[in-house]
Amino acid sequence: MFAKDNKLFSTGDIVGFVVLAVLIFIVLPAGLDTFRLNLFGKYLTYAFVAIGLVLCWGAGGILSLGQGVFFGLGGYCMAMFLKLEASTPEATKIQSTPGIPDFMDWNQITALPMWWEPFNSLTFSLIAVVLVPVIFAFIIGVAMFRRRVGGVYFAIITQAIAAIMTILIIGQQGYTGGVNGITDLRTLLGWDIRTDEAKVILYFVNAVLLFVCLFVAQFIRKSKLGRILIAMRDQEDRVRFSGYDVANFKIFVFCAGAAFAAIGGAMFTLQVGFMSPSFVGIVPSIEMVIFCAVGGRLSILGAVYGALLVNLAKTTFSEMFPELWLLGLGALFIAVVLAFPNGLAGLYKDYVEPRLMALFKKKADDGGGRNFDSIKAPAE
Amino acid sequence: MFADYTMGELGAIFAMQGFAGLILFSVFVLMALGLAIIFGQMGVINMAHGEFMILGAYVTYITSNLFADYLPSLFSIYFFIAMILAFFVTAALGMLVEWSLIRHLYKRPLDTLLATWGLSLILQQIYRSVFGAREVGVTIPDWMMGSLPLTDLIEVPINGIFVMVLAISISVAVYFMMYRSSWGKQVRAVTQNRVMAGAVGINTERTDRLTFGIGCGVAGVAGSAFTMIGSTGPTAGQLYIVDTFLVVVFGGAASLLGTIASAFSISQAQSIMEFFLSGSMAKVLTLLTVVGILMLRPQGLFALKLRK
Repeated sequence: MFAKDNKLFSTGDIVGFVVLAVLIFIVLPAGLDTFRLNLFGKYLTYAFVAIGLVLCWGAGGILSLGQGVFFGLGGYCMAMFLKLEASTPEATKIQSTPGIPDFMDWNQITALPMWWEPFNSLTFSLIAVVLVPVIFAFIIGVAMFRRRVGGVYFAIITQAIAAIMTILIIGQQGYTGGVNGITDLRTLLGWDIRTDEAKVILYFVNAVLLFVCLFVAQFIRKSKLGRILIAMRDQEDRVRFSGYDVANFKIFVFCAGAAFAAIGGAMFTLQVGFMSPSFVGIVPSIEMVIFCAVGGRLSILGAVYGALLVNLAKTTFSEMFPELWLLGLGALFIAVVLAFPNGLAGLYKDYVEPRLMALFKKKADDGGGRNFDSIKAPAE
Repeated sequence: MFADYTMGELGAIFAMQGFAGLILFSVFVLMALGLAIIFGQMGVINMAHGEFMILGAYVTYITSNLFADYLPSLFSIYFFIAMILAFFVTAALGMLVEWSLIRHLYKRPLDTLLATWGLSLILQQIYRSVFGAREVGVTIPDWMMGSLPLTDLIEVPINGIFVMVLAISISVAVYFMMYRSSWGKQVRAVTQNRVMAGAVGINTERTDRLTFGIGCGVAGVAGSAFTMIGSTGPTAGQLYIVDTFLVVVFGGAASLLGTIASAFSISQAQSIMEFFLSGSMAKVLTLLTVVGILMLRPQGLFALKLRK
């Protein structure tokens, strides 16, 4: 189903990567003002999550409805650092306890909690952005996959974890900022992240990181590991009987997905300037799955387009017809599942690519045509 | 922490919290029964289950308004008619959904999850357009108001007792349907071995549609019962769906007894902890415990032995 040769990039992949790179690095920055560019930067942070879901769900057959948790954990780790930097004793001298974040002061907390202390260091925070969600994913993964919990049950339990996380964050207002989240973030090591210039720079940092993740994901998919994942999705027992430890592969890919989501979350915090529980819970987590499904659950590039398009549609429609947006989103869920299980990437592969190839083949008069078999929906 | 209370007060507190837990238990049972039929028996993940419940609540709301306007003399019994209406309306919608959506996805459970989530978004928006975004409440008949004093310290609300009686009678009805009727036999046969059930002459497609419809109908009755203890808004269903799924999964998906046992333990744990901790922490701890136990025992409390 994926390219039959073992090269890291097939010709089609190279074309796809180049087109996406041109779009993200040249077309969008050239064609949009800073406000819109920042908006697209925000959409692209969701693409990180969608890429992770392609690995977990499309390749590995593990549907996690709790990716918002990892997105949020990454985002919160970043936000905690930025918040501490914004809460210098000088900046917060009107509080009854200067030097701690404002929401703690509002909640009668008089000293910085122990577990906030390490977030004074940028190095620690950057490591925590990836490490905290990965450790969390690892614990969940070990507990679930070792006991062979999978499929539907895994989806429901991850969803419950997303719910628990939201209730916890909202309930522990004094330590987490509650329902408003961590807001009013200003500078990163003295560099103001709210200026137009900073937003453009952050957009490009985000884009570069996205491509790093894309390359990692491509590598995972094309390696032997990627093929084992697909085998596992389709016939788990046979893979197990062949002597592979299925649980370890699942844990690995789940952690990888969590790491991608966390990087996206941290970039989200930097570009949008706050983090709140509304990006952690059940609803955002399922929306992240739909980005991946619309783009094509088997295609990492498709996932990026899916995240861009669905979010663009969301912004446009919810501005113009707020009533219709939910109906549209609901219909999108149903249509993608019933009619296009492989999303945009599936449509491209079935209809566009064969024609393009035929066009090129004719010119090059290449006799040995490649066989593009259509992708079938993964059996579950 | 107990030092400030006398023994008598402590006893009363536990009794009242226990009773609050029993009301929560009835609510969980009502919610979970429909899902236990749909998810437990058919293996279909219906994320729109909460919206079916809300539909039942709205049907009750409409009925109560109609009775208040046209049949005020019969207002005290409108609720029973509303419940029957709620059952049939939601069951009809459920069968329509099964026919148009679910039956294409029996082999792809994870996709059903996404499709029914889409359905739930659509239903929510329809409710919001039709009934408005604000929560609506029904007028409760006089005989259901007030509370019943048991001792001078312990009081129990009458509508709570009513919901409890309702939960018990619906559980009994579902039990008889599942284990004593020929329909129930067919449903269980189809669950256990679809191909074989078809081979011995059971119309599996019709059984599926009917099962889904009845599961949704029970959800509608649950929603109808909710109007007795709270108000209804377009997004209220979403608040319950995770709890409901956890109750069913925790109980062991295919076991009716398990569903009731798990609803009981979860609701009691939550309502007793709520007294000592804040409401949100009680919920977090309860859910965490359930998730923890599910990690140790994925098949749930009461597992049905099945040859897959």
